[in-house]
This record gives sequence, structure tokens and C-alpha cells, in this order.
Amino acid sequence: MSTTVPPPPKKLNRIGLEVLSYKGAKTTLCAGCGHNAISERIIECFYELGVQPWNVAKFSGIGCSSKSPAYFLGLAHGFNAVHGRMPSIATGAMLANRTMLGIGVTGDGDTASIGMGQFMHLLRRNLPFVYIIEDNGVYGLTKGQFSATADLGSKLKTGVINDMPPFDCCALALQCGATFVARSFSGDKRQLVAILKAAIVHNGLSVIDVISPCTTFNDHEGSTKSYSYMKDHDEALHELDFVPYFDDISVEIPEGEVREVEMHDGSRLRLKKLGRDYDPTSKFAALQALDEAETKDEVITGVLYVDTAKPTFMDMLNLEDVPLATLPESRTRPPKEVLDQVMEELR
Amino acid sequence: MSTLEVSPASPRSGEFHQPVINDFSIQVATVNGSGSQTANNVLMRSIFQMGIPVSGKNMFPSNIQGLPTWFTIRASKHGYIGRKKEIDFLVAMNPETAREDVMNLDSGAVVVYDEPLKLDAMRSDLHFYPVPFDKLVGPVCPEAKLRKLVRNMIYDGVVANLLSIEMEEIHRALFKQFGKKKAKAAELNWGACQAGYEYAAKNFTKSDPYRVERMNATAGKIIIEGNSAAALGCVFAGVTVVTWYPITPSSSLVESMIGYLKRFRIDKESGKATYAVVQAEDELSAIGMVLGAGWAGARSVTSTAGPGISLMSEFVGLGYYAEIPGVIFDVQRVGPSTGLPTRTAQGDIISTAVLSHGDTKHPMFFPSSPEECFSMAVEAFDFAEHFQTPVFVMIDLDLGMNNWMADAFEYPTKPIARGKVLTAEDLDRLGGFARYKDLDGDGVGYRTLPGTNHPHGAYFTRGSGHNEKAQYTEREDDYINNVDRLSHKFDAMRSHVPKPAVEINPKAKVGMVAFGTSQYAAQESRDQLKSEYGIETSYLRLRAYPFTDELRDFIHKHDRIYVVEQNRDGQMLGLMRMEMDATEIAKLRSMRYYGGLPLDARTVTDDVVLQEGK
Repeated sequence: MSTTVPPPPKKLNRIGLEVLSYKGAKTTLCAGCGHNAISERIIECFYELGVQPWNVAKFSGIGCSSKSPAYFLGLAHGFNAVHGRMPSIATGAMLANRTMLGIGVTGDGDTASIGMGQFMHLLRRNLPFVYIIEDNGVYGLTKGQFSATADLGSKLKTGVINDMPPFDCCALALQCGATFVARSFSGDKRQLVAILKAAIVHNGLSVIDVISPCTTFNDHEGSTKSYSYMKDHDEALHELDFVPYFDDISVEIPEGEVREVEMHDGSRLRLKKLGRDYDPTSKFAALQALDEAETKDEVITGVLYVDTAKPTFMDMLNLEDVPLATLPESRTRPPKEVLDQVMEELR
Repeated sequence: MSTLEVSPASPRSGEFHQPVINDFSIQVATVNGSGSQTANNVLMRSIFQMGIPVSGKNMFPSNIQGLPTWFTIRASKHGYIGRKKEIDFLVAMNPETAREDVMNLDSGAVVVYDEPLKLDAMRSDLHFYPVPFDKLVGPVCPEAKLRKLVRNMIYDGVVANLLSIEMEEIHRALFKQFGKKKAKAAELNWGACQAGYEYAAKNFTKSDPYRVERMNATAGKIIIEGNSAAALGCVFAGVTVVTWYPITPSSSLVESMIGYLKRFRIDKESGKATYAVVQAEDELSAIGMVLGAGWAGARSVTSTAGPGISLMSEFVGLGYYAEIPGVIFDVQRVGPSTGLPTRTAQGDIISTAVLSHGDTKHPMFFPSSPEECFSMAVEAFDFAEHFQTPVFVMIDLDLGMNNWMADAFEYPTKPIARGKVLTAEDLDRLGGFARYKDLDGDGVGYRTLPGTNHPHGAYFTRGSGHNEKAQYTEREDDYINNVDRLSHKFDAMRSHVPKPAVEINPKAKVGMVAFGTSQYAAQESRDQLKSEYGIETSYLRLRAYPFTDELRDFIHKHDRIYVVEQNRDGQMLGLMRMEMDATEIAKLRSMRYYGGLPLDARTVTDDVVLQEGK
């Protein structure tokens, strides 16, 4: 008789997959790059939520950030588009198959400079999609030029000082129609996971601006997107918890301390009050908080805004529920009588 | 005058004129935005309804209101529907251009004009018919602010009287134009028509030879713009994602498509759309959405003009290397920027053939008629999915925006073909797949669609840096394998593209090659070359790029080949030179026109005759 001890059972998620099924190729980004931490959080979120990886479509533009979709969810379809124009590729793909879960990873150069036009119009359309900006204030892949989110006065390694004011992608997202807007920090594991999970279940466009230090070109004193700067200036708006719809564990929390936002699928985003009283359903409050933080030299993080009621792009288009991509001919080619009728009208 | 059977005598001589029946051109000179389009379409349609082959061309400025515009209608018993260079019958409504318009006429032409312009004093060799439009419009249109629009309908009545166009047909065309919902407006305009007709009947003695006579050459035919025909083609091709950015002369293609989709592609049970139309923020986004949708399995299309094609350049290169189907209509015009956006051209041939950076080559279809705008649209979607690549359908302003007589479109006979797509069941059977591996020898790999319910269904899409398994690589051999396979795929397209239409004349040493709307001028010119100069010609009409063996055979069979095209540098000839050998190239000659107006036969004839040394 054999006495071998069976290996310990693998840990599986609710759809029976192990975490390995959510991993991607080995990263080729620099050691310590904030982007790698974000990829790790994405892997955790999809695993913990039990999303089927091959029902996910991941998109990116060009840049260091845009390489990262190769490093998570290897079983998902991926599309590395052209610089700054991932939103249009994603929009087309999501229209073709609205049942997929779409996630895009972009950078501050990809979004706030070359891709500003497509970013704005993606916001306007409220496409159900998770849009993650890995924001390091610098062009990494072309070796260290300032991006349009680099803070005024921040310094390059070479000593060059940025004299152009930055765009705040969260403020833009708020003003231009995103229905879920958050800011986080690649080093804040707990907060980023909660935000990502809520964004994934949100039915509308989610924009997450994640400060993600570039260890090679922009992680030094004088940079406002460095680990040490974020450590000192990160002001969390609230402590976040995300309770998925399938998880009915309820935790007793004292009255008045926690605000809950119910997502469209029944999941709940719980925002535990920290220093201030913050209403994440008020666009005005969000813009005000961003403005105040700027004057106080703080970087506020957390969920800035959620609107679960606004119609999505699919609603506005009155789009068929099943994927357009696989509609049969009987539903896409009108019958001969229709052509005959049109011909008669033109005679 | 060029037409041989016409020999107009001086109108004042009082001699008997040989009547010229069903063979003349009318030009209506008006001001943009004055509502003349309705009057012009009614005039054209009523001639069509009398069974006479007819064409209508709008030569308009880049302007909404105020600048001069000309509409020419050609009636031709021979069925010539290209532009006729000479104007036989002028309706001079625009005081700004009237004098120049009159000066440009050949002797013996007719001028209907607004009486106060006193044009009859200018020349003595024309037939003048003055009409007091302002006096006539008052009684038929009590509402002063509508008079500017209704005034134009008066010339329909006058012209109908002078040319013997039946008023019943004018009435029918007018009420068709306005539709049932605008019957009141139609009545008002009908009153103006009648007033014009009666005025002409009472006051004019016909001195010119032009008139129409009922024929039976348009039975069963339709009148449609090329853009609408292409739009219908997309609808019957089963298009599902449509993206666009407004641009002249392409906008009406998508606008027309939206109309048809709303009518015929809303699911009756769910009430939901089986398509998505997105007006994008620019052409870069429009092509991005087409590629995203094509990648995910939709039948996607966009329509644009030259400036949009330029903007799409980068993305089209990605589409080529990532091997994504998509259909792009290019309604060509003169460009760029504040160029001549409302003038026609065939000037995007070379730039589209190799659009983007690096090694790229793209298939192009060249429809010549509304029938082909329809059928090639259907074909383009199947072709794009079969070869997994962006396909360009090259229309031009003349075909896209003008009204053309056409045969009723034939319902597609072949079922929709979606190309090499692996399903979850296929993947179960195969155990996996290599996205860019050439298994069938045609350079086309098998793809999966995102969302395929299978753990091994996914692959990662990127530009040229990939191997057969779609894995990232920068290896020299992988890169060369990939671009060579793409080149092989392009060659494989030669046996699938629409073949050229060839007419071999055994007596001909001269061959003529044309494509798109140059077809009409070229064919008419061949008749002129034969009847006026005794030059026999064969003819080949290109219908697609890459070229097929038929073109090479055609070159071999003739001594000299004239390539007729509407651009300055002979772009199609340039593409031919890229593929032909030295003896073949030595036979090629170029006939080019690039003035922005639809090409006419006389211009082709004169140029060929000159080059032939006759």
C-alpha cells in the first residue's frame, strides 16, 4: 500500500480556478516599477471576484504601462493598440461583444497627451469599461521626458524642472462624464484592490488614476510621483471595503461611520469615514476635494465619485443584448422583400 | 458642337432646324442654398420617367449659401451618362455668373434667363428665352418668404414647355420628391411649374432644335446616388458596427445607411438595434473602432474621404499587421484641407494602396456604378473577413454624390461568409491554435473571437512583433516570415478580387484602361475615336487592386495602352509600373484629367488623338 501523502488541495476561487489561471507572462518592466504592483492587484481582484478570464478583453496603448496587459490574465484576449488610441479599439470591441468585461491599461503620456481626445470622448460615452491610468508623470519607454501630468516644479533626474502645469485626469474624468472616478497609489494594496473590484462591477466607465512611481526615471527627491512623496502626501478620503454580491457576510459597523454605495449587481462599496465627511455621489464635492488637496499639496486617494444611474453607451445606442459579433445572418441581412421595396421606392 | 448629327443654323436665319431629340445637356446655374436642388431633381426625374437615359451632376462650391452652383442634366438616347463638356441648354438664374455662363456657350445653344438680366444683348448666335420670374412667382406664392424657393420651380415649367417634357411626368416627379407628408409644399411648387409652362406656351416661339421624345430605355431602372447604393450594400452585407466622422463627399453614405438601418435593422421582437452607429470624434477614432469591432467579430465599416484616409494611416498599418477585417469607403475628392472638397477626383489611389508606414499593401475595390457600389459593398465585407485585413472601396464624389440611373440591385446570392474563425468546439477538437500560422497555403491564419468560451481561445494582438503563435518577438527570422506571409496573402487575393471587365476588339492596336467614374467618359470616347478618327480600341475596366492576370493579358494583346484616370500624376499607372516588366511598361501611356469636374469624353478623345499623333 502506498503511503504517499496527497499534495495539499489547491486553493480555488468560486468558479473553480486557481490564481495561476489569472497570471500572465513574466514582466519585462524595471524592478520595483509601480506598474507591476498594479498588475498583481488586477490578478488578485479577478481571481477573488471569480471572473472567467477568457471573458475578459484587455486593452492598452503604447508605453511602459501599456506593456502590462501581457503580464496579467494570460487567458484573456488582449490588444496592444497604437499610442493614445486604445479607447477607440476598446469601444469598437465592446460594441461588437457587450458581454465581455473590458479593461484598459494606459499611462499618463498615452492618456493625457497623445490620447487626450480619445480619453475625453470615451468619458463622454460612458462605455462600460475599466480605464486604469498608471500615472508616473514621465515617459519611461522613451527614457524620461516629462508627461502632461508631471507636477509644476517637479524635477527630472537631469535637473530639468517642469514649468508646465499638470492635467488632473480625475478632474477631467469628473467633468467629462465618467461615472466612477478614483485615485489610488500602486503601493496601497488594500485600497487599490477595493477600488479595482468596485470598478470591475460598475456598469459604466470607471477611471482609476493610480500613482505608480517610475523607479528608473522619476523616483527621486523633487518628483511628486515618487514612493517617498506619496508616503508623505497621500491623504486617503476613506477606508474602503468592497463586498461582492455573492458574499453575504455582513459586518456590524457603528452607525454613521460607514457609507455604502450599492453597485448595479448588488455588490456594495463601503466607505469608512476618515478625517472628513465625504459624499462620493456628489461631483461637486469631488472637484472641491481635488482642488483643496492641490492647494494643500496633498494627493487625495479613494473613490472620488460614483454614479450608478446614468445610462451607459449601450443604453444610449439601444443595443441588442446578445453580441453583435455573432448575430446570425437571419438577423443581420434583411430579406429580399426589403430590397425589392427599396428598389420600388427609387423607381 | 461635337455631336455629328447636329448642325445648328444661326437662330436668326429662320431656316428649318433638324430637331435634336434626346441628345443634349441642360445646365442650370443658380445660387447655393436657393432650393434649386428640388427643381433640378424633378426635371431630371421627369426625363427619366419618359424612358430617356439621363444623368444629373451637381457642381457645387464648398459653401452652404450664396456661392454659385451648377447642375447639369444630360439626356442621351445612346445611353451616354458621363458629363458632356458642351452645354446645349442653359438656365441662367444666377446674376453673378450669368454673363460668363453665356459667353462660354457654343453657338446655337439655348438660354432661358431671368428677364432683367438682359442677356440677349450679349450674343446673336444663341436662342434666348427671357422669363420674368419675379412677376410670375407673386401670384402663385402669396407668402413672400417662400418665393425664393418656389421661384426655381418656374423654370421647370418653362423648360418642360420648350423641350416637350410631359407635364404629367413633372407632376409625378414633383410629388414623389416631396412625399405624402409634404403634399402642401408640393402643391405650391406645382402651381409655380404650371405658371412657367403657361408663360412659355403663351410667349415663346420655339427657335431651337432641342426636344425630348418618349423612349423605353429606363423601364425597371432606379435613380440613386452611389453613396446611398453603398449604404444599402452595407445593410445587406449584415454590417453591425458603423463609425464615421462627417466629411464631404462621404457623409451622405453613412447618413443614408443610418436611415436604412433604422428602418430595417431594429429587431421586431426586442425593439433593439442589431447594429451600432458611432459618430466618432475624428477619423483616427473611427478607424480604431472599426478595427476594435472587426477584431471582436463585428462586421465593421467606416466611410471617409482623402483627409480622413490620411488620418487613418497609422491605424490601417496596425490593422494590416494585426490582420483585422474592416471595410473603409473612400469617397475621393480634391484635397487637402481648404482645397476643393466638393470637386471630384481619383487622387487617393497610391496613398491608399500603401497606406501607413513600413511594408504595407491594401486591397482596393473600384466600383463604377451604383450597382457596383451595392454589390462591391457586400463583397468587401466577405473579402475583409476572408483575408482578415482592411479593405478599401474607392468611390469618388461624382459617383457618390450625384444621381445615377441604375438597374435594380440584385439580392445577394451567396450567404454571408465569416472567414476562418475557430469556435470553442473547434478548439476542443484541436487543443489550441497558432493565430498566424499559414495552414492552408493562402497566407491566412485561423482566428478566434474575443469572448469565445474556451480557456485556450485567447491570443494577444499587437503589431508586427509577433511569431506564428502571436507571441511577442523581435527575432529577425520571425519578422521576415511574417511579412513574407503577408505578401503571399496579398498575392492570394488576386484570384478573389472582382475581375476586370474586358472588351477585346480584334482590330484594335490601342487598349484603353479606366476605372471608377472614368468609365463613362472612356466608353463614350471610344465611340468618338472610332467614328471621328477611325481609331479602334479595346477596353479594360479595372475593378480591383491587386491586379489580376487579365490586365497583363490585355497589355500583351495591344501595342499601346492608355490608362485613363482623374489625378495629376497617373497614380494607377504608377501602381501598374510597380508590377509590370519593362516591355509591358513601355506600352503604357497616361491620360489624366484633374480639374475637379467629372471627366468628359471629349477631353479623353482629344488627349488620346494627340498622343496617337492624329
